[in-house]
Amino acid sequence: MKKTFSAVSFLLFTAGFSILTANAQNFGDNPGSHTPASGGISMGSKTAAIVPDADNAGLKLPAGFGALKVADNLGKTRHIVVTAQGDIYAKVMGKVAEGKGILKLHDANGDGRSDETTGLGNYGGTGICIKNGYLYASSDEEIFRYKLNDKNEVINPLQPEKIITGLKKGNQHETKSIVLDNAGNIYVNIGAYSNSCQEQDRTPGSKGRMPCPILDSAGGIWQFKADKLNQTYGDGSRYATGLRNVVGLDWNSQSNQLYVMQHGRDQLHDLFPAMYDVQANADLPAETMYALKKGDNAGWPYVYYDPFQNKKIIAPEYGGDGKKEASSEYVNPAMAFPAHMAPNGLLFYTGNMFPAKYKNGAFIAFHGSWNRAPLPQEGYYVAFVPFENGKPTGKWEIFANGFSGLEVVTGTRGAAHRPCGLAQGPDGSLYVSDDSKGTIYRIIYNGK
Amino acid sequence: MKQLIASMAFITVLMSFQTVSKKPASPVTKTTTPAAKKPATGGVVSNNLKAIMERGQNVYLINCLACHQVDGGGVPHLNAPLDGATAVKANDKAKLIRIVLKGMTDRVEIDGESYSNNMAPHPELTDQQISDVLTYVRNSWTNKASAVTQAEVKAVRAKIK
Ligand code: HEC
Repeated sequence: MKKTFSAVSFLLFTAGFSILTANAQNFGDNPGSHTPASGGISMGSKTAAIVPDADNAGLKLPAGFGALKVADNLGKTRHIVVTAQGDIYAKVMGKVAEGKGILKLHDANGDGRSDETTGLGNYGGTGICIKNGYLYASSDEEIFRYKLNDKNEVINPLQPEKIITGLKKGNQHETKSIVLDNAGNIYVNIGAYSNSCQEQDRTPGSKGRMPCPILDSAGGIWQFKADKLNQTYGDGSRYATGLRNVVGLDWNSQSNQLYVMQHGRDQLHDLFPAMYDVQANADLPAETMYALKKGDNAGWPYVYYDPFQNKKIIAPEYGGDGKKEASSEYVNPAMAFPAHMAPNGLLFYTGNMFPAKYKNGAFIAFHGSWNRAPLPQEGYYVAFVPFENGKPTGKWEIFANGFSGLEVVTGTRGAAHRPCGLAQGPDGSLYVSDDSKGTIYRIIYNGK
Repeated sequence: MKQLIASMAFITVLMSFQTVSKKPASPVTKTTTPAAKKPATGGVVSNNLKAIMERGQNVYLINCLACHQVDGGGVPHLNAPLDGATAVKANDKAKLIRIVLKGMTDRVEIDGESYSNNMAPHPELTDQQISDVLTYVRNSWTNKASAVTQAEVKAVRAKIK
């Protein structure tokens, strides 16, 4: 089996597992935008004795790792970021109560669990990150930023600066994920408001529109300035196109490159039953990771990636038959993963807490599939991809499993938790958000 | 081992699915109930609830299952659940018929939640297929509600056109 994980009980840790915050220094120079903001602030005199939950918060982890629930029942918590002081900002999706669009979780007594929740912002959304003294957050149409003080607290919660406005928001794939590079740019995913650009969305046999008109303002990654107010399409540029929907993305500071995870198209069997049976529908197409350069075209809706043939295949809406290979103008993925698992979070790990193999590798939060029905669903876990010299090795493994609370997920609603956002803490802990129940997990290592 | 359990759990669903996926659901489906044993002839189909439910399930597997899932639970934030949904169990059957015929993309709140996917229209389904599938979803999982008749579908279809 390609996927292996050891289901190790961590009960042995519960007695006296402590992480000394003295080890937590090397975060100030980390430019990754999901990673703590710089500022060189020490953790203070608090000596955290962080003990994993007795059941590791319900997660199955590799040997030496443990997990705890930092917070629970927060709502639809999507992407998250952890400050140098260990505070967590979580972006909440959908309809939010006043002042609850972004939640700030603070651990006052140093046990690793949040004991103070405050909020700001009246808009739902997915994207959040910290860079150069600002907290950036997205609604489904706009991007805002808030100036932070030297403790990474928002100075004026009621008056954010509006950086970008007027972004396209259609039905489906409406969330806007964001990440910043180290040169003053912000990258925004604008998802395609369609499954495969059919004349009639998700209608059996309906042909693909040629050229797909959605691509002018969606189905790609747009680049804007990180510090200019009220930008809209004309002020930015389409950095990469042919990406159906990206939720997980991160800036790789080793290769100085944007990495994104695409959600592949759905419903090959429902829409083209003569070409794709139920099994093919469950297995195709791959979920794909791209290392993007400006101007790249990943090919949606004209092509999809088949991980068994290792080829870009022409979509059936555009004359494909499941075998015809697509034009080489479209970029190849850096890596392919099983179909429909919905990669919602991507994080390059730069911390020092985890063993060396994890350094500079990628964690991916797979939200979990629905489109494999009637076959069992897949995903609902955090995977790890080792990188060497800034490139994925092509291997991957399940890192944290058990979020769904089920041995087999049959209907998506039955999954108790669905991993979505990822963030790295100042001590190198890995944080995972769940947008089903609003649980925030913290995964720590104390193996030798 | 996990995979094995998974396959076993799905054998039932799969078997029925694969039988029907080879051809469009026919109005006369083989069943083991005494009432439905004699194949209906001359357009007369059994209105025995069990026969309706089996036909309805076939329509569901082909046309609805991908989004609304095996357990009728839908997909959080994406596809509305049918199991337990107020509208699905309500007396306004015309509304349900309209949703199947015209699709649904309005993103109104459903039982306090909104769903972001597009449900395509299904005008290609016959009056009988629609009455069967709606009767099926109104009486599956935890749902219990009156059957939808072909005449009701016919009346709504006429108004829409
Ligand atoms: C492509 C995915 C998809 C397919 C296939 C699909 N639906 Fe839906 N359905 C949805 C979505 C999404 C909604 C909610 C739409 C909205 O909020 O605008 C919905 C809503 C509904 C509702 C209204 C629920 C309520 O509580 O108001 C009913 C009834 C329904 N669907 C029945 C069906 C039936 C019957 C079929 C098969 C003939 C079907 N659907 C096929 C996605 C789908």
